[in-house]
Amino acid sequence: MSDREIDEISGTETTGHEWDGIKELNTPMPRWWVWTFYATVVWGIGYMIAYPSIPLINDATKGLLGYSSRASVAEEMAAAEAVQSQYVDRIAQMPVEEISSHPDLLQFAIAGGSAAYKVNCVQCHGSGAQGAPGYPNLNDDSWLWGGDINSIYQTIAHGVRFETDDDTRFSEMPAFADLLEPEEIRQVAAYVVSLTGEPSDPLLVAPGAEIYAEQCAVCHGEDGTGDIEFGAPNLADAIWFYGETEDEIAGQIANPKHGVMPGWVDRLGEPVIKQLAVFVHSLGGGQ
Amino acid sequence: MKFAVETVAVGVGAFLALLGAAFARDNMFAAHMWVLFFVLLISVVVMLRNVNFSAAKAVPEAADTSGYNDEVVKYGAIATLFWGIIGFLVGVVVAAQLAFPDLNIEPWFNFGRMRPLHTSAVIFAFGGNALLATSFYVVQRTTRARLWGGNAAWFVFWGYQLFIVMAATGYLLGITQSREYAEPEWYVDLWLTVVWVVYLLVFLGTLMRRKEPHIYVANWFYLAFIVTIAMLHVVNNLAVPVTFLGAKSYSAFAGVQDALTQWWYGHNAVGFFLTAGFLGMMYYFIPKQVGRPVYSYRLSIIHFWSLIFLYIWAGPHHLHYTALPDWAQTLGMVFSVMLWMPSWGGMINGLMTLSGAWDKIRTDPIVRMMVIAVAFYGMSTFEGPVMSIKAVNSLSHYTDWTIGHVHSGALGWVGMISFGAVYYLVPKLWHRQRLYSLRLVNWHFWLATLGIVIYAAVMWVAGIQQGLMWREYDEQGFLVFSFAETVAAMKPYYILRTIGGALYLIGGLIMGYNIVMTILGREREEAPIPGSQPAMQPAE
Repeated sequence: MSDREIDEISGTETTGHEWDGIKELNTPMPRWWVWTFYATVVWGIGYMIAYPSIPLINDATKGLLGYSSRASVAEEMAAAEAVQSQYVDRIAQMPVEEISSHPDLLQFAIAGGSAAYKVNCVQCHGSGAQGAPGYPNLNDDSWLWGGDINSIYQTIAHGVRFETDDDTRFSEMPAFADLLEPEEIRQVAAYVVSLTGEPSDPLLVAPGAEIYAEQCAVCHGEDGTGDIEFGAPNLADAIWFYGETEDEIAGQIANPKHGVMPGWVDRLGEPVIKQLAVFVHSLGGGQ
Repeated sequence: MKFAVETVAVGVGAFLALLGAAFARDNMFAAHMWVLFFVLLISVVVMLRNVNFSAAKAVPEAADTSGYNDEVVKYGAIATLFWGIIGFLVGVVVAAQLAFPDLNIEPWFNFGRMRPLHTSAVIFAFGGNALLATSFYVVQRTTRARLWGGNAAWFVFWGYQLFIVMAATGYLLGITQSREYAEPEWYVDLWLTVVWVVYLLVFLGTLMRRKEPHIYVANWFYLAFIVTIAMLHVVNNLAVPVTFLGAKSYSAFAGVQDALTQWWYGHNAVGFFLTAGFLGMMYYFIPKQVGRPVYSYRLSIIHFWSLIFLYIWAGPHHLHYTALPDWAQTLGMVFSVMLWMPSWGGMINGLMTLSGAWDKIRTDPIVRMMVIAVAFYGMSTFEGPVMSIKAVNSLSHYTDWTIGHVHSGALGWVGMISFGAVYYLVPKLWHRQRLYSLRLVNWHFWLATLGIVIYAAVMWVAGIQQGLMWREYDEQGFLVFSFAETVAAMKPYYILRTIGGALYLIGGLIMGYNIVMTILGREREEAPIPGSQPAMQPAE
């Protein structure tokens, strides 16, 4: 079937092959196509000479530009650090409570703390610092371990019940399921609800108040306002950590959950912890 | 007795599956073997019902005088449609899951299990069946030889369907190797290897006994696809099972070597499955549907060899700015850029084959479908090299731009050229005068095209915005957005993307209806596409 013929419409010769009625024209390759292909090849060779490209036995060619992606990242990081160092160095030198008296440092620390917060803290505390069940809201003025800047610094640096850090904050509410009868736990829960001014059964509240005074007031205070010394939450402010219904409160009395927050100082370094403390302190509830 | 040996073999397989379920070392393997057992059991029942115990007598079937094995192609065409619609549907579901996370139904239908179900369903089930069916059809027509190996082609077809079912059910059960586009575990991989080798033998055997002096270009591409996929599949899935009665295996590779192996596989799955294979399809169906000779024989040779030589090196561009050594990243990028023209050679040959028949874009919706396929092919094979450039990649990588890029290739090129091929094939295979309705093809065309355009445009905007948000620093060098904020910013785009996908799915359903009606022999009474009737051409 090597009958080369001229295709009438295009005026081009065919190759003379035919498969199931399909013929092929012998059109030359478009010049622009060929030259663009050559150009990409030439560019490719040039790029390979300029950059690391050919693997050798133990290493690879370095390229004329001496580029390395690791060195390039290190350079960028160093440049960014150089810009920030004038602030970071001063922050590193001073106690955290002094930062707010330097407007430029305060502004820098809030921005830096916010950036560190976005990477390290949002996962639990939320991108608006609004918290989640079991994770405190950082915008309000209810603080488990203290809302002044030094307390916040301490909590972020060393965490809560973070056992690998010797300076971590530690307290553990006992499981009252072992100490009280279920009925008594219900009574205490009713009393705790009444502290917030919410309605609850007066028949339970009265005996609950007695048990509370014996068992709970030591940490949570006579009036239920808590004690940041022990990280004992304020029970009278209607801000709940693990749930707000009477059942949930009774559950927490019977078998308390003990949340853990990691300590961050080993990972982020003191200057960043200071910035984080300033940032969290600035969110609205700082004392 | 028809298929006696085969029926016994499947029965033995069912028994072995039962043993596997009984002695399984873990629950997932046991569950998967039960699935296999029931699938094979049903197959045995179906086959037994077809066994003919009477003495051989002439079965008055619709005599196929072509001498070609077209029955398996018919099944392939139907499977293409069936899996295509399932794959598009799962795609719409996973898109909706991203926009509305409450749609994640634990544990079987969460995004983590549905996503590989979607990718495998569209790539391997839809695309794979389209390639199987068309390659069997094309190789017979262009060699003037019947498929080699007798019933081997049937083994390939049904064996491949079994692979699909085992892969899909495995994902939903939670069985995965976590290798992208190669999630099935070791025993499913082994089965696919057997099926694929037989596929290669059938294809090669048919080529060997061709009655044409030359091998047509479509067959070069099909053969490159079959051979390379065999190599990629075997190397990427080298693994050691924990036990031969358990689902879990460990890869032979670790660390950055493993990452590179996976992307060597992953990128060439795109290159040889979704590009070379479908170029084979294009080289047959476009000249046939248009009725014009292929534009340039020389271009087809040069772009074929340059494409398959360059493609295999381009995988490292998926690992820019990672632990992969710089030299490998350089090569990945350089080879990707050099791949631009070889890819476009296929586009030129596809489009320019229309020269002298451009009016068919207006008058023939099937041609229009094929042309838009080639146009999307050209667009995405330009976008790919651009995205492989490290400076661009530093913005685009890990963003939804990549997803948009993949879909303009997959929905636009792979999907549209397959639809065109099936629309061409079905009337021929079932000996119908024409399709049930050309106007429905037109509807399918516009719905699908609109769907792709929405999808790709939305993903460009989403991806670039995402990339810019990730790298947004304030003047003091601090990060501006948390990751969660960049996720929240994607919500409107994810909803729009779901709508684009839904349009594409609706197009697929219309096609399903059109094809079923064609197979049933119906013809819709409708006004012809304007300009399609020869009588309306002006006299010369």
